[in-house]
Order: sequence, then structure tokens, then C-alpha cells
Amino acid sequence: MITEALVLSAMIFVLGTFGVLVRRNAIIMFLCIELQLNAVNLAFIAFSRLMGIDGQVFVFFVMTVAAAEAAVGLAIIISVFRHYETVNVDNFKLLRW
Amino acid sequence: MIEVLFYVFAAVALGGALGVVWAKSPVGSLLYMVATLASLACIFVLLEAHFLAAIQVIVYAGAIMVLFLFVIMLLNLGHDYQRDLKGGAFSLLSFVIIGLMAGVLVRQFGENAITEPTAGGRAIDAALAQHGAVGAIAQPLYTTYVVPFEITGVLLLVAIVGALVLAKKGGR
Repeated sequence: MITEALVLSAMIFVLGTFGVLVRRNAIIMFLCIELQLNAVNLAFIAFSRLMGIDGQVFVFFVMTVAAAEAAVGLAIIISVFRHYETVNVDNFKLLRW
Repeated sequence: MIEVLFYVFAAVALGGALGVVWAKSPVGSLLYMVATLASLACIFVLLEAHFLAAIQVIVYAGAIMVLFLFVIMLLNLGHDYQRDLKGGAFSLLSFVIIGLMAGVLVRQFGENAITEPTAGGRAIDAALAQHGAVGAIAQPLYTTYVVPFEITGVLLLVAIVGALVLAKKGGR
């Protein structure tokens, strides 16, 4: 079951990466980043079956960082929305090359 | 039995992940995400990470997803049904590259199949039997990893202050 969990984790991570690359809605891009973080959590837990409980402690930290990231990221989205009236990242061109 | 359950939850998780990427509206995407998180929590239980499964449901599906939903409603994006997928060569190229990446990973994991019971698995089962589901993870968290744990607290404080400053109306 560890091998299958690692394969599932790789698949979910790849789907999350694909979502970040192709979606243009900032909120959905954030959701896809959360998807990637969850895939990593699954990999950590699968590896903790090999290496001991330390992997689970790391998942705890990853979840905390994900919560902090979601709070700050959504605050950024809100302030960007106030300025541009949209969350489509194609419209944010100020810092674009 | 456990294997069958694992495959069922894995299928739901993968379907939910696909839904997150393909759903038209942000709310639909979010609901698919909740399905993925719930089935991942079930997989955590199957992998003997009971405390983390509970945290996954309470913190992720409960708090973070509600925060996302709250922002979607606040910005009134609930009926934003336009396709926002980036089309054309870029999308195709990223799909091919990512597919290759997944193929390499799956092959790598598939070749070296791991047989249970493993050393780490036995250690975790012993810790679970001795300290219980919460104690097993609290033991290393408050001894070996106490400094990262405190730093995490500071990180959360910084995130709270940062989110307040960023989302404040007017500002500066």
C-alpha cells in the first residue's frame, strides 16, 4: 500500500501542477497549490511507514504553513481584486516582462 | 479489504483532483477539493496516521476551505462560469511535460515495490500502542522538534498580522 500511496501522491501533485499552469483564476490556482501540498503530505505519511513517526510530524508543520499561506494569499487576492476588479491573472500585468 | 478501501478512496481523490482542475466555477472547484481532502483523510487513516486524518478534516476541509469559500462569496465570484483555461500550444506542452514527469515517477515507484511490514511501520505501531494516536505524534513534536514547533507559532502570528495589514481597506 505504501507504493500505491506514493504513486497516488505523484499523480495528485502532477494534477495540481497542471492546474497552476493552465488555470487563470487566481483562487483556483491557489486551490491547486493546496492540492500539491496535500500530495506532499500523502508522500510524507507514506514514507513515515518506512522511516518512523518523523514524517507525520513534518506533515503537521506542512499543514501549519499551508494555513498561513492560505490566509496571506487570500488577503493578497482580496487587495488585488479591490484594485483590478477581477481575479483573472492575465489582467495583472504591472510586473510582467 | 484495506486494499479495496484504499483503491476506492484513491479513485475519489483522483477524480476530485481532476474536478478541481476542470470545474468551471470556483465554487465547484472548491467542492471537488473538499471531496479530495476527505478521501485523503481516509487514506491517512489507512496508513495509520489517525491524528493527522482528524487534523486534515478539521483544519483543511473545515477551516481553510471555508476561508476560500468566504473569499469567493466576498468577491462575488460564485457565478463566474467563463472558461479560464489557458489554451493552445502552452497548455498542450505543459500537459505533455507533466505527463512525462508523472510517468517517470510512477515507473520509479512501481519498480521498487515496498513490502510490509517495514521497520518504520513497526515503530509507529508500537508508539500508537504505547501512547495512543495523539501521544504518538506529540512525543516527538514536543521533544525533538520543539524549536520548529515554536517557530511555527511565530509564523502563524506573522501570517495573522500580514493578512490583516494586506486585507485592510485603504491601507498606508
